[in-house]
Amino acid sequence: MHPGGDVEFDVAVVGAGVVGCAIARHLARAGASVVVLDRAVDVGDGTSKANTAILHTGFDTEPGSLESQLVVRGRSLLADYAAAAGIAVEPTGALLVAWDDEQEARLPSLVDKAAANGCADVVLVGAEEVRAREPHLGPAARSGVSVPGEWVIDPWSVTLAFATEAVGIGTVLRLGTPVVGLDVGDEGLEVRTPDDVVRARWLVNAAGLGADRIDEMLGHRDFTVTPRRGQLIVFDKLARRLLTRILLPVPTARSKGVLVSPTTWGNVLLGPTAEDLEDRTDTATTAEGMARLLADGRRILPDLGAEEVTATYAGLRAATEPGGYQIHIHGDQRFVSVGGIRSTGLTSAMAVAEHVAGLLDGAVATWSGRPVATPPPVMPPLGERQVRPMRDPVRIAADPAYGTALCHCEQVSRGEVRDACHASVPATDLGGVRRRTRAMNGRCQGFYCGAEVVALVAAETGTRATTLTRVPR
Amino acid sequence: MSDPAVLVVGAGPAGLSAAHELAVRGVTGVLVVDREASAGGIPRHCDHTGFGVQDLHRAMTGPAYARRLADRAAGAGVRIRLSTTVAEVGADGSATLVGPDGIDVVRPRAVLLATGARERPRSARLVPGDRPAGVFTTGQLQQWVLLAGLPVGRRAVVVGAEHVAYSAVLTLRHAGVRTVAMVTSLPRHQTVPAFAWATRLGLRVPLRTSSRVASLDGHGRLEAVDVEDLVTGVVDRIPADTVVFTGEWVPDHELARRGGVVTDPATLGPRTDGWGRTSRPGILAAGNLVHPGETAGLAALGGRAAGRRLAETFQRATVRPAVGSLLTVAPPLVSVVPALVDPDDLPDRLLLRTAAFTDRRLVVARQSGREIGRHRLRHSVPNRSLGVPGAVVGAMVSDGGPVELTLI
Ligand SMILES: Cc1cc2nc3c(=O)[nH]c(=O)nc-3n(C[C@H](O)[C@H](O)[C@H](O)COP(=O)(O)OP(=O)(O)OC[C@H]3O[C@@H](n4cnc5c(N)ncnc54)[C@H](O)[C@@H]3O)c2cc1C
Ligand SMILES: Cc1cc2nc3c(=O)[nH]c(=O)nc-3n(C[C@H](O)[C@H](O)[C@H](O)COP(=O)(O)OP(=O)(O)OC[C@H]3O[C@@H](n4cnc5c(N)ncnc54)[C@H](O)[C@@H]3O)c2cc1C
Repeated sequence: MHPGGDVEFDVAVVGAGVVGCAIARHLARAGASVVVLDRAVDVGDGTSKANTAILHTGFDTEPGSLESQLVVRGRSLLADYAAAAGIAVEPTGALLVAWDDEQEARLPSLVDKAAANGCADVVLVGAEEVRAREPHLGPAARSGVSVPGEWVIDPWSVTLAFATEAVGIGTVLRLGTPVVGLDVGDEGLEVRTPDDVVRARWLVNAAGLGADRIDEMLGHRDFTVTPRRGQLIVFDKLARRLLTRILLPVPTARSKGVLVSPTTWGNVLLGPTAEDLEDRTDTATTAEGMARLLADGRRILPDLGAEEVTATYAGLRAATEPGGYQIHIHGDQRFVSVGGIRSTGLTSAMAVAEHVAGLLDGAVATWSGRPVATPPPVMPPLGERQVRPMRDPVRIAADPAYGTALCHCEQVSRGEVRDACHASVPATDLGGVRRRTRAMNGRCQGFYCGAEVVALVAAETGTRATTLTRVPR
Repeated sequence: MSDPAVLVVGAGPAGLSAAHELAVRGVTGVLVVDREASAGGIPRHCDHTGFGVQDLHRAMTGPAYARRLADRAAGAGVRIRLSTTVAEVGADGSATLVGPDGIDVVRPRAVLLATGARERPRSARLVPGDRPAGVFTTGQLQQWVLLAGLPVGRRAVVVGAEHVAYSAVLTLRHAGVRTVAMVTSLPRHQTVPAFAWATRLGLRVPLRTSSRVASLDGHGRLEAVDVEDLVTGVVDRIPADTVVFTGEWVPDHELARRGGVVTDPATLGPRTDGWGRTSRPGILAAGNLVHPGETAGLAALGGRAAGRRLAETFQRATVRPAVGSLLTVAPPLVSVVPALVDPDDLPDRLLLRTAAFTDRRLVVARQSGREIGRHRLRHSVPNRSLGVPGAVVGAMVSDGGPVELTLI
């Protein structure tokens, strides 16, 4: 990698979130040689790991907008992809519930908006029917809107599947690598990292919360990013009996509001809040946020209060000004910027990738390889309703490590954690293990298994426990 | 595998004691299943003495006690199957066992759940902040240090001031970690005075009473614990790389609840009579699953009682559910175990818990407003065992309605 040396890649993607990984996968399949750079040590370690995990229909997006188109298209692409890759999806459907006169009055307009977004199955539901469908709803629940196409999905496996597939067809993943500068040269761009320079013919900015900074490096100020924090509470699996569908609020302009949703891992999710912040790294929960969520939870599903909380977390939406999807091509610089993928990026990622590929249509002839049509990788089954290794006699017979429990609350075997450490996109830290296996994500949060998981991951990855748990010197 | 007569889920003090009792009383085909690779439950990783006093009448370390209970049960003919999870107890009384040898469905005549209790972790306590490393419960810390030999940190805050919090301080010390503060929301510690003094003066660990953890600071690793004085509202930032959340016991009741067993709203464990019988015929429960946070000795004694009565009635056609009058408590008392009592078959003892310190020591039992018994407690400290003899409710009338226990 000498200054002025040869271009190494057709495309460099900044950001290994769900969007960046989807783009890398798509372009690699089209024959491009791709490098993905991310400052985090794992794929999907930014906003993509901390969302509400809903496969949206786009029923409430702005009709005709780019977001509306890409969410609708992305949903159908991802539903098919998930089925092929063995990624957990539950076709729960959603029930949007009104809680007062004003909200109730807005329901018909939501149905109209849904129709304009191509969701013909979105219909009004009377108050009695609302209660019959979800008997545990709080007493103040009114009528609502049924949105059968809103489903829940395992979000971690989505990003991981895209990355795994891309790496399988030659994409180079450079994690732990911040992009600190960009220069436009004759044949392409020079992507500066603290250690070296990566040369690529094209650059795609999929840096999420950092997207405006990357744009600035090339002199663009098309949008600014404000982190909008969403705090969430995950309830115990024993709460799962309290609902069968996603329970949505009436959305506002700022956010989709606080919802209660089943998860594919068998839990119940309450959230998110919507708070605009300055700090792009502030993923802390707050006392006020938790209190607000619990108050909302009590109103929506009063019985939720009697169940244990399993986890709390916060994610940062990359809200942009101007709002909406900000996807721009700057052909003179061979630069595509993908910003403003705020609240729907998990659903839309594959369509965003397709759209970006469309913008790069003219460059396709220059890709150094041929298109490939490999099938999606088969991902480990993390869904509670999938057959997980500890319930699969065939796998246990083939390898007893799949019948040897490591994390009891989530029923994760030693074999699965071992596999995660040796996958083609391996887990290198404890967060990576959690997202690939669910280990330590359960109700005890490590009371029973914490020590054993750390010891096993240290042994399998060759990383010292001190490093894994960041013990200060 | 062949169906066991009795399936005991959990090889902790309660499960092993119940199984031993069943075997010595002539029940053959008792199978104890534990998901861990060695038997003994929590005491396996409590490397201090004091175990065994209540049930075996001699003091030993946790690991020695664990081995002793396991050897004793095995010696009496109990089969112990390790590294095997009981994944489900079905409504039909069948149980699904998962282990390295595969998946088995067995149909025992009775299932005794002795799955224990855990400490409520930071997330379930809704402590705000990011998710840094360095956040423990005592159970996790003990395994970390004593079983896995993993590094911990340098400076720790211990949340809680009951027995287990003091044992966390010792484990930290063993790992070379200095405890810079203990924090309790109550006005005083809740352990025996000797532990409290030794920790405070000998180890120089300050105790912050009437205080709570307001939030955790740190992104990758814990940097500080913000502690709020509940009286003044002042928040102090205590630099620390480690925090241990102790106590706040939650029974591991998942199998019980999924199996349709009625739970007690105060303990969150199955509601039982004095012999571990639950609302479901054929399903029993004992140990910290039923009375979270009690000592290993009491868990063992509870298991033994359940085993004894089950053995005595094992020849009958069915293992009957719990029957009896309901016991209730008035504040500051928060729970009583067992909650169902049959006056013709009194349990040895009732275990009470109080939520607050109080000068009141006299437990009074009343049925329909009529006093039926009283007993003076030696102390009434929260987060500690308050045992009263079962005879305190001996004068109750079978169908005379619930019995209320109050402190005066
Ligand atoms: C609370 C919440 C709930 C949500 N719910 C849903 C939902 O239910 N359904 C749905 O479809 N969507 C949902 N979303 C939206 C969805 O999560 C996001 O749209 C999506 O994750 C965005 O992905 P991304 O790849 O653009 O961003 P990210 O995942 O943040 O990826 C960007 C990556 O770029 C890296 N990066 C940034 N700057 C640099 C740099 N200079 N050098 C190197 N790397 C850099 C970052 O480390 C990061 O990994 C939700 C979002 C939030 C916050
Ligand atoms: C950190 C800590 C320190 C303590 N210190 C002391 C002390 O110093 N002195 C004292 O007297 N007491 C102490 N105690 C309390 C004591 O450990 C308990 O009272 C006692 O262990 C309870 O016994 P048990 O049999 O009810 O449960 P446990 O000992 O918890 O045993 C339950 C067993 O069930 C198994 N199990 C659970 N679910 C399943 C399943 N689905 N399938 C298979 N197996 C399962 C578990 O693996 C475990 O082995 C301490 C507790 C803790 C947490």
